[in-house]
Amino acid sequence: MTEGSPAPVLRAFRRRDLRAMPGFKAMAWLCIIALYMPLAVLIIFSFNDNRSVVRWTEFSLDWYAKALANDGIRNAALVSVKIALFATVISTVVATMAALATTRTRGFRGQGLVYGIINQPLMIPEIVTAIATLSLFALIKRLTGVTGVGYLMMAHAAFCIPFAYMPIRARLETMTLTMEQAAADLYATPLKAFALITLPLLGPGIVSGAMLAFVVSLDDVIITLLVAGPGETTLPIYILGAIRRGITPEINAVSTILVAVSVLLVVLLFFVQRRMQR
Amino acid sequence: MSAPPQNPALAAAIASTTRRERTTRAALLAPALLIILTISVLPLGITLVYSFLTPGTYGGVTWEFSVNSYLQFLFDRDIFDDTLSFNPAYLSIYLRSIGLALGATLGALILGFPTAYFIATKPREQRNIWLFLVTLPFWTNLLIRTYAMLLIIRDEGIINTVLMQIGLLNAPLTILYTDTAVFIGLIYSYLPFMVLPLYASLEKLDFNLVEAGYDLYANRLRVLFHVIVPLAKPGIVAGCVLVFIPGLGAYITPELLGGGKKLMIGNMIAMQFGASRNWPFGSAAALILMTLVILVLLVYARAARRKEAVHD
Repeated sequence: MTEGSPAPVLRAFRRRDLRAMPGFKAMAWLCIIALYMPLAVLIIFSFNDNRSVVRWTEFSLDWYAKALANDGIRNAALVSVKIALFATVISTVVATMAALATTRTRGFRGQGLVYGIINQPLMIPEIVTAIATLSLFALIKRLTGVTGVGYLMMAHAAFCIPFAYMPIRARLETMTLTMEQAAADLYATPLKAFALITLPLLGPGIVSGAMLAFVVSLDDVIITLLVAGPGETTLPIYILGAIRRGITPEINAVSTILVAVSVLLVVLLFFVQRRMQR
Repeated sequence: MSAPPQNPALAAAIASTTRRERTTRAALLAPALLIILTISVLPLGITLVYSFLTPGTYGGVTWEFSVNSYLQFLFDRDIFDDTLSFNPAYLSIYLRSIGLALGATLGALILGFPTAYFIATKPREQRNIWLFLVTLPFWTNLLIRTYAMLLIIRDEGIINTVLMQIGLLNAPLTILYTDTAVFIGLIYSYLPFMVLPLYASLEKLDFNLVEAGYDLYANRLRVLFHVIVPLAKPGIVAGCVLVFIPGLGAYITPELLGGGKKLMIGNMIAMQFGASRNWPFGSAAALILMTLVILVLLVYARAARRKEAVHD
C-alpha cells in the first residue's frame, strides 16, 4: 500500500476486521447447536416407528396416538391448562394494576421496596419458595380443613406476577401521557379515558405479559411437585414420573407437544413485541 | 418540592390531588403486593419458625422448640449418650453444589462470552434473530430440556452410539449419573442467562476504544482482555450471578442427570419434605441456601454501586 490516507475500501476492511475475533463465530454456532441439538433429537425420535429412542426406523405418529389416548396424560394436560389459565388471569390483572401504579408517577417513598416485593419470586431459589409455600399451605389446611386445587392455583399466580409485570411496565414506560391529556381536555372522565385510550394502547404489553405468565405456569415443575395434592398432577409432573418409570417415545411425544405450545406462544410474543417497537 | 403556593385554595387542591394519587396508587398496588406477600414472603417467615421446631412423625412439625436442625447440619447426635460428633455429610453436599454451580458458571461464561460478542457485532437486523434463538430454549420446559439432554448423553444415547459406530469408542463413555452430567446439564440449562446480560453490555461497547487499542499496537488478545473484557464487566458479573444462583438451587438437573445419587442442595431439601419427613431440617437447609444466595446478591449489589460511584 502507498502512503497517505487509506483508500475507502481499505478503511471499510479495517473496520470490519476491528470487531472480528477469531473463533467467536464458531463458538456462537456451537452454542446454538448445543442448545438445539438435544431438543431436535427428542422431537425426531417422537416420530420414530420403534420403541427405541436412538435407532431410527420409520416415520410414524403412533406415539402421539398413544399419548393422546392415555387418560393419565389427558387429565394432566387438563389440570395444567386449568391452572395456567387461572394463574394467567389473576397475575395479569394484578400485574397491570401494579404497573399502572409504579409508572407515570413521580418517585414515591417505598418504590424500591415495592419493586423488591414484586420481583421477590425471581430472586429466591425455586426450591426455597416451594418448601416455604408447602409449609404455609400445610398450616392453613390444618387450621381450616379447606383443601382443593385453589392452593396450587394461587401459588402459580404468585410466581407468574413478575413475569406478567415486566412487559406491561416496559410498555407503559414508552407511552406518553399526551393521549390521555387530550381525552381529558375533551371532557372524558378518567375512567372513560382509561378504557378508551390507555387500555387499548397498553394492549400489546398486557398480551405479552399474559403469554409469559401462561408459559411460566405451564412449565413449572418444582413448586407444583411439592405443593400439588393428590389428583393435581400437571403435565410436567406426569412427565417427570414417566421418566422415572422408564424412557419411552411416548414421553418424547408429550414433551414435543408441550415444547410446541411454549414455542408457539413465544414466537407469537416475538411478533407482538416487534409490532410494539414500530 | 418547590416553595409552597401562596393561594390557600390552590394549596388545598394540590394536597387533595396528591392524596387522591396516593390512594389510587395504594389501591392499584394492593392486590399484587398482597398475593406475593402472603404466598411468597410470609412463608419464608414460617420456614424460619419451622426450622426451630421438632419434626412430626408423619411429616409436618410438632410445636416444640429445638435447634437440632441446625446442629444436624454439622453434627451427628449419638443416640446413647447424646454427644455430638462432627459429620461433614451435609456440609459436603453444600460444598459440592457450590463447586458445581461455580464450574457451570465458568463454563457458561467461556461459551457465552464469544457468543454474546458475536451477536453484538452483527448488523442490527440480525441481532434480534440471534437473541431470539438464544432465549427460545429458556421458554421451553426445563424438565423437557433436561430429559432431552439425558437422551443424548446416555450410554445408549446418540453421542455414544455415533462414536461407537465410527469406531472412536469400544465401550460407551459413561457420562450419565456422574458429576460431569450434572455439570453439562447446568451449563445447558442456564446458558441463556449468561448470554443476555453479556450482550446488553457488549452492545454498548464503544469500538473507538478497541480501535485505540489496536492503534497502540496491542494484539487481539490484549485488546480482548484489556479493553473489551473490562468494559463488559457489569455484564459478566450479572451473567455470572444469574447462572450461579439458579445453578446452586438446581433440582431437576441433578435429579435426572445425577440419578439421585449425586445430590445437590435442592434435592436434599426436597427429600426432607418427602421421604425423610424432616420438615424442620429441610427448612433450616433451605434458609442456609437462601443465606448463601443473599450473600451473593449483596456482593453483586456492592459491586454495582461501586461502579456507579466511579462513574459519578
